[in-house]
Amino acid sequence: MDFPDLGPLWLTIRLAAVTTLFLLVVGTPIAWWLAHTRSRVKPVVEAITALPLVLPPTVLGFYLLVFLSPDALLGGLWLDATGSTLTFSFSGLILASMLYSLPFMVQPLQGAFEVVGRAPLEAAASLRASPFDAFLTVATPMALRGYLTATVLTFAHTIGEFGVVLMVGGNIPGRTKVVSIQIYEQVETINYDAAHMLAAILLVFSFAVLLAVYSFNRRFPVHVG
Amino acid sequence: MDHLNVDIRVRYPAFELDVAHDFAGEGITALFGPSGCGKSTLLRSIAGFERAATGRVALGGEVWMEGRRGLAPHRRGVGYVFQDTRLFPHLTVRGNLDYAQKRAGRAAVRYSFDDVVSGLDLAPLFDRRAGQLSGGERQRVAIGRALLARPRLLLMDEPLAALDTRRKAGIMPYIARLPQAFGLPVIYVTHAIEEVTQLCDRIVALAAGRIVATGGVAETLERLDLGEIQGRFEAGVVLEGRIAATDAEMHLTRVDLGGRTLEVPQILGADGGVVRLRVRARDVSLARTRPEGLSIRNMLEARVLALEPEAGSAFAEVLLDIGGQHLRARITRAAVQEMGLAQGQPVVALIKSVAFDRQALPRPLRRGREFDQAR
Repeated sequence: MDFPDLGPLWLTIRLAAVTTLFLLVVGTPIAWWLAHTRSRVKPVVEAITALPLVLPPTVLGFYLLVFLSPDALLGGLWLDATGSTLTFSFSGLILASMLYSLPFMVQPLQGAFEVVGRAPLEAAASLRASPFDAFLTVATPMALRGYLTATVLTFAHTIGEFGVVLMVGGNIPGRTKVVSIQIYEQVETINYDAAHMLAAILLVFSFAVLLAVYSFNRRFPVHVG
Repeated sequence: MDHLNVDIRVRYPAFELDVAHDFAGEGITALFGPSGCGKSTLLRSIAGFERAATGRVALGGEVWMEGRRGLAPHRRGVGYVFQDTRLFPHLTVRGNLDYAQKRAGRAAVRYSFDDVVSGLDLAPLFDRRAGQLSGGERQRVAIGRALLARPRLLLMDEPLAALDTRRKAGIMPYIARLPQAFGLPVIYVTHAIEEVTQLCDRIVALAAGRIVATGGVAETLERLDLGEIQGRFEAGVVLEGRIAATDAEMHLTRVDLGGRTLEVPQILGADGGVVRLRVRARDVSLARTRPEGLSIRNMLEARVLALEPEAGSAFAEVLLDIGGQHLRARITRAAVQEMGLAQGQPVVALIKSVAFDRQALPRPLRRGREFDQAR
């Protein structure tokens, strides 16, 4: 039996890790704003961030393909700046994954920030902590569970993506060929042994990550109240 | 010490706060009134937490708010003790205290970390988390944490409201000493009259978003128009006196009110110590002449200063002079008529010693020595 090429698996993990990292940076301020704003446009922003949950990945992928293509404004600017296209590239995949997994980062964080609420921030302010200081030293540690949940969900969700990647990235080995597409390919070519092996690796890996997270959560519970 | 000058309006759909007052720069000022009168909103406005607030807030020459623009709360240097303490759950007691200490900056010279820790007996709690503290301990840590940020003004929002009577009594002495020990003025929000009489030097009374009375504790509480705030049932006066003698066998303490003596259940304190006693109007009866053969221990010579029949009710309130201090009696209008009470008339005021219920008796207003050193 041929051992399947593990390149796509490695690419998938890299994609998921980078996407999660970037989304932590982008998702935190969005979640913070949603948790604390009294603005009237809040439901609009909430609906937009939740869209990837309900849209078929092919729809999201199609629009991304349109906007990221070198003929479109965003794709064109990227091409001018970097000399490479966003479509059918790893960078494009990251951007697509970030949009695709956005709600999985924003919603748990928003929930966690809402649970923390304003009260501890007022307490921090009365102790001379600036808002950013209070965010780092009070809100973030108190929302640690939310961060954990958001990180794991985002990572896992990105690993499992298929439709968007297929539309935006295609199937270029070493650049955009992720493991879910590889499995699909093996099944299509009736190569069930390789499909089995890859699927099992993904299954065990996902389980191990979740197990690690929940064990950590148990050993270091965040005291609230 | 700097005065806190406040001229604030806060408008909500169903409520409006409109308050202008110059808070004294020393001692403890009670912000007193029924639930929903706006006392917490006023306190939050002073701290900068109330977004809807407009007007002016200034401490000494430093303007904290002018119109709609306000200095950010963390730049005001105001300490805040919340009713729900808001200790940080992810930190130990020590961590909570350090949080404030680290951010005090140059203001940290006024008193040391150890002054606060020893003054509030916090050292035994250091390694615990907020969840492992009793209500009283939690509140003590919260007070210590607020002090360690070296505020110029301490705001306390019903810090004792969630505690039972015994825990309250345990923490009150700590609060009473704060202004002297750490040299900062305190504004103390409460709707509990015992806390006002035992802790505070002045009252700012609020009702429905407006100030209705201000002044010293004793004189403000005896004003007749405060009945609506206190509730007729709780209305009364505060008497100041010195411990004259203690009868250990009978467990009684005699308090000298300046010529007249009051006998109350034993107060723990040295002779000569100053105490405040609250006498509810409903616990005072009147007689025209000194009765005999009664169980009532306290019979004070008094003179009627004012008669206030309450229209549409069975009751009347009588304001009495007892040698300089005032007393209020709540009796029936029928009694007023039958006794033929009139202004200027001498009467005898009768108060059962039992009316001073054991737990409501204040401790003597002494200053702790350890705090005086902390200064």
